[in-house]
Amino acid sequence: MTEALDILLPILAATLRLATPLLLAALAGLFSERAGIVDVGLEGKMLVGAFAAAAAAAVTGEVMLGLLAAVAASCGLGLVHAFGCITLRGSQVVSGMAINIIASGLTATLALAWFGLGGQTPPLSAAARFLPLSMPGAEILAGIPVLGRLYASLVGGQTALVYLALLLVPVSAFVLARTRFGLRLRAAGEHPAAVDTAGVSVTRLRYAGVLIASVLCGVAGAYVATAQGAGFQRDMIAGRGYIALAAMILGGWQPGRILLTCLLFGALDAAAIRLQGVVLPGIGAFPVQAIQALPYLLTVVLLAGFMGRALPPKASGQPYVKER
Amino acid sequence: MSAPSAALPRWVDLAVLPALNLFLALAVTALLVLLTGGDPVVALRALVVGSFGSADAIGYTLYYATNMAFTGLAVAVAFQAGLFNIGAEGQAYIGGLGVALVALNLEGLPAPLLVPLAIAGGALFGAAWGAIPGWLQARRGSHIVITTIMFNFLAASLMVHLVVNVLIAPGSMSPESRSFADAASLPSLSFLGFAASTPLNLALVLALLAALGVWLLIWRTPWGYGLRVAGQSPDVARYAGIDEGRVIIAAMALSGALAAGVAVNELLGAQHKLLLSFTGGYGFTGIAVALMGRNHPLGVLLAALLFGALTQGGAEMAFEVPDVPSEIVVLIQGLVILFTGALGLMLRPALMRLLVPARA
Repeated sequence: MTEALDILLPILAATLRLATPLLLAALAGLFSERAGIVDVGLEGKMLVGAFAAAAAAAVTGEVMLGLLAAVAASCGLGLVHAFGCITLRGSQVVSGMAINIIASGLTATLALAWFGLGGQTPPLSAAARFLPLSMPGAEILAGIPVLGRLYASLVGGQTALVYLALLLVPVSAFVLARTRFGLRLRAAGEHPAAVDTAGVSVTRLRYAGVLIASVLCGVAGAYVATAQGAGFQRDMIAGRGYIALAAMILGGWQPGRILLTCLLFGALDAAAIRLQGVVLPGIGAFPVQAIQALPYLLTVVLLAGFMGRALPPKASGQPYVKER
Repeated sequence: MSAPSAALPRWVDLAVLPALNLFLALAVTALLVLLTGGDPVVALRALVVGSFGSADAIGYTLYYATNMAFTGLAVAVAFQAGLFNIGAEGQAYIGGLGVALVALNLEGLPAPLLVPLAIAGGALFGAAWGAIPGWLQARRGSHIVITTIMFNFLAASLMVHLVVNVLIAPGSMSPESRSFADAASLPSLSFLGFAASTPLNLALVLALLAALGVWLLIWRTPWGYGLRVAGQSPDVARYAGIDEGRVIIAAMALSGALAAGVAVNELLGAQHKLLLSFTGGYGFTGIAVALMGRNHPLGVLLAALLFGALTQGGAEMAFEVPDVPSEIVVLIQGLVILFTGALGLMLRPALMRLLVPARA
């Protein structure tokens, strides 16, 4: 029992840690696409978020200032995306790709210009990072065999942003399904003309969707640089933004299912790390790449309609032209 | 949908707008250099000298431009069919698998046979990796953008697995295949007077031929006409009896085959073995090249030359001007995509006001 727990607990805890940035970014994509704006720029916004968080935290020594800087930087890029897609009605996919490439070049350039260090930020001290929180009562429960350890290292022992991300799942579900703002936001993504007819501004709703997405991407980036890692490295988001996009699609544009998908992807990632270099009898080295490719493969299969049906918001990707 | 572009004079659309967009991208970058304490004039001079200032520089510029011409053509062909192919990176990568499999397994053959076969192998593999997302869009209704993004990552996973576990040279520690036979290499262009010290090779000529071929195929054949009709107006295409699905699959296959040109230039022309990540982001640069070149082969070649020069000049600049890294070129690429693609409509109204009343 203890042995199984020794193996399982670190994997479960790692699953939660690895799923968190995916969850934040997937919820970001959810708000943007529900408002009708396709966001392939999650990756880029996370990257500038990660850089801004690490840079601000390194300079000020304050982790919260890092988070704030991450959100501000991500919103800056988000506004460019919104201006191009909503105001100018340009191509949303082209704009998103531009943002990813700009983010990659911009962060590498600024990191070298500001810090030297070959494109990294200085390593962060403890005060400039999000540290694991210990849950109240962990000492009392520590005596109980299985539950005590589960409580200490799975329920507790995570950084504040992990809890925030998990909390955002029901909050997003509530906002999108039960509030006036959420219903209007979804209408802007399904049938913008109807929103317009009701006298509500589609433009404003779509800007709001993109900005919410930017805030969440900023938090996700800050998590990667100041909670998971301890500083910025070049292109450190490493495709998480695209996996989040996949999670959003596989999650059917619904918060609850997105959470499950992100946990699955997190578990795959944790398993891949764990199985790295493991030699299977008769097969040889474990093909870790097969596990890493699974999220992308699942997304392709789902989109092709071989497994359920992907139903994106009807008007997502289409610029809205107000009738005159 | 209104078409405001129709009102702008052709030369403005084809020359002035791209130039203005490039100028804006460079201006934003210069501002950034200024803000971080650098001297944009010095940086720009280093960039120009680094890209065209010597025989070596010109050789490297053309070598990079070859890659970008291939991916630019790949993205442009897909654009002409109304498809946004973000997957040129993965198609080039898998194309490299085709090139390497032929080069490693048929190495007894003489060069005049082996090289064309290796090129054909690369084109075939690239075409297949492009055609699958095309088929998924045409017959299964998936969105080409998302599918090609996913196929980039699938290609990367597959190649890491194959290179690290299967194709790795026996006894080697670094993840690369054994070297190709001498017969499997494209000749250097030193016989044309280019510096022999650069990796510039015959793939440049292939890229020029590919551009000519694309122009003939897309603008001078009935098939190409059908492709452009399907791209501009699927309704008209359907009414005219054009099988849109077949156009999509064929266009993506052609796009993938063109992207595989990167593998020809890199593996047969320069590296002479299969190694990880040899595609180096050229697939994404291809988006900027195609947008800047207005999806026309001639424009793509000019834009490829520009971006090749930026890449080579950027690398030199990073030596000459400390604090300005070569990655700034990536920023310029991104800004060009932003200004020509998404914000491209920003300048149009102003130009219209400026030009059209004056002519009326």
